[in-house]
Amino acid sequence: MAGVAFREATKRFGGAVALDRLDLEVGDGELLVLLGPSGCGKTTALRLVAGLEEPDDGAIEIGGRVVNHVEAKDRDVAMVFQSYALYPHLSVGRNIEFPLRQRGFDRDERRRRVADAASTLGLSELLDRKPRQLSGGQRQRVALARAIVREPQAFLMDEPLSNLDAALRTQTRADIVALQQQLGTTTLYVTHDQVEAMTMGDRIAVMDHGVLQQVDRPQALYDRPANTFVARFVGSPGMNLLPATLEQGAGGKWEAQVAGSALAVPETAATAAGGAGAALVLGVRPEHVGIGPHGTVDATVVIVELLGAEVHVACRLGDGTNVIVRQDAAAPRPAHGEAVRLAVAPASLHVFHASGARVESGAGVGHAPVPGEGATP
Amino acid sequence: MSRRRRVREAALGYLLVLPALCVFAVFVFYPFAQNFRLALFQAPPFPGLPSRYVGLHQVGQVLTSSSFLESLVATVLFVVMVVPAGLLIGLLLAVAAHRRLRGMAVYRVIFSSTVVTSVAVSALVFGTLMDPVVGLLPWLGLNPSPPILQNTTWALPAIAVMAVWQFLGLSFIVMSAGLSSIPEEVLEAARVDGASERTVFWRVTVPLLSPTIFFGTVVATIYAFQTFGQVDILIGPTNAAFEHVNLLVYNILNTIEIARTTGQAAVLSIVLFLLTLGVTLLQLRLVERRVHYAQ
Repeated sequence: MAGVAFREATKRFGGAVALDRLDLEVGDGELLVLLGPSGCGKTTALRLVAGLEEPDDGAIEIGGRVVNHVEAKDRDVAMVFQSYALYPHLSVGRNIEFPLRQRGFDRDERRRRVADAASTLGLSELLDRKPRQLSGGQRQRVALARAIVREPQAFLMDEPLSNLDAALRTQTRADIVALQQQLGTTTLYVTHDQVEAMTMGDRIAVMDHGVLQQVDRPQALYDRPANTFVARFVGSPGMNLLPATLEQGAGGKWEAQVAGSALAVPETAATAAGGAGAALVLGVRPEHVGIGPHGTVDATVVIVELLGAEVHVACRLGDGTNVIVRQDAAAPRPAHGEAVRLAVAPASLHVFHASGARVESGAGVGHAPVPGEGATP
Repeated sequence: MSRRRRVREAALGYLLVLPALCVFAVFVFYPFAQNFRLALFQAPPFPGLPSRYVGLHQVGQVLTSSSFLESLVATVLFVVMVVPAGLLIGLLLAVAAHRRLRGMAVYRVIFSSTVVTSVAVSALVFGTLMDPVVGLLPWLGLNPSPPILQNTTWALPAIAVMAVWQFLGLSFIVMSAGLSSIPEEVLEAARVDGASERTVFWRVTVPLLSPTIFFGTVVATIYAFQTFGQVDILIGPTNAAFEHVNLLVYNILNTIEIARTTGQAAVLSIVLFLLTLGVTLLQLRLVERRVHYAQ
């Protein structure tokens, strides 16, 4: 096992920068998730580690050794592809055995390891089948078995769950985490699914347009997003972002003008944001918005979505900004088209500069009580 | 679907097929059937006289003739020379052109261009290259005597080289299409799994390309069996090496044009048909077992 590191790694395709000076370390035995939308550079980063692409600038290290010019076959990493990339002409057993053959393991050792890997992933009965005779979930397990069989220095997983149905995805997610913990192998896991990232990663690195936005533990990422992109991308639904202007009201209290309504802002955040007249973006998690008569922001209910245990109420402010409110299913539900008032506790506000960067003030840890009726998270 | 609607749809289907069916009936099905009738009749010694029914006697006569046996040996040798070489070189060119390198599109056009080169033009070019006076071979210091196209040893390989060249375009296109259909991720998986480029080629690319190679083999075999133009243009019946290059299709033409024995030509046509059919079926039976269809 070994750590993996990106040192100012840059990759360009023609004129397009796919990865821009990525600086990131994956600790020995850690499961780090690269999270981001399509085209954000996460798969490119993974391919750089696999040796399927070479960085234009910077370095890739595996186990402290720079591997920029080391061929894929000599890197001792295992990769699970989105399409599984099984060898269709080989049986399940031969698929799992393939990496062992390439590395010159003797026959007995190959048999023992294939049997072990197949047993770990519940494939012992399927060793003679061809990939086309397997279900999606079984193929996915074969791909995992092929990865673990030679005990590589690191696992690279490129959206391995995206071709599975929802139920199987949840199950396999847990299986992969358990397997990774059991083996203790350094794992770089790529996904665009923030739920997958939050539930699997020891840490998450969020990327956009080839640039690393933030890397942190899942809860820290959720509680203190570094910018509006991370705030919006992490969480389901994402954080509500409201354009606002800072003002100092009567008695010296700081308020943000949002769609003609005033929201109280903590003084520390207001000062750090630049004081009166500063353009801001206020962020608030859906579970931290309340609907009630003592709210301060006028809105109209646009959609009410029942999700079983909770309800998502989509509201529209006077300036057209949409705000999602997450309510308990048992709470009184507003009707479609109803005029409501939204309440937000100052302590639950995340304050961002208009550029999108977080205003560092110590405010907004995200665990503040929710004002208003029936909106307790 | 109601019965009436079904009948109307079927009628429309037959109506749409009818023009193609007419063309096939006139130019393929009728001559094909007529061949079997002709094979049972001996052509008259002078035009205008009735043909004589000789039954299977003529078939035996043709199949035991030295001309047929020489022609058969030449054709089989020719197939053996053309098919593997045509496929292998086509595959190597396709693999080379499959790389994402600058200017590769130009090479792809060049490699596939023999498809649109007529046999007559290529025969003229090769005839010039092999010319004992102004050709490429004497310039290279190779000047067999008699000249290569009149040489009983080298005439057939020379025609085979030309046929391989002519077939390369199609072979290249077919192999390129096959290579493009192999998922890149499978090849990448093999590289990450520790396979060298050679292992990736032999253990992954070739097995996944086997349906294409199989298809190419069938097409190449039929192409080689039916080669005619090169022999007609470069060799001809007065050539000293003629008997060694008298491929079956050319033999059929000569049997009609020179010997004027249409019945014997019909027998030869049927033999060629059965030979092609037999080899194709054999390939289907033996080779297809080793073909891996991906999904």
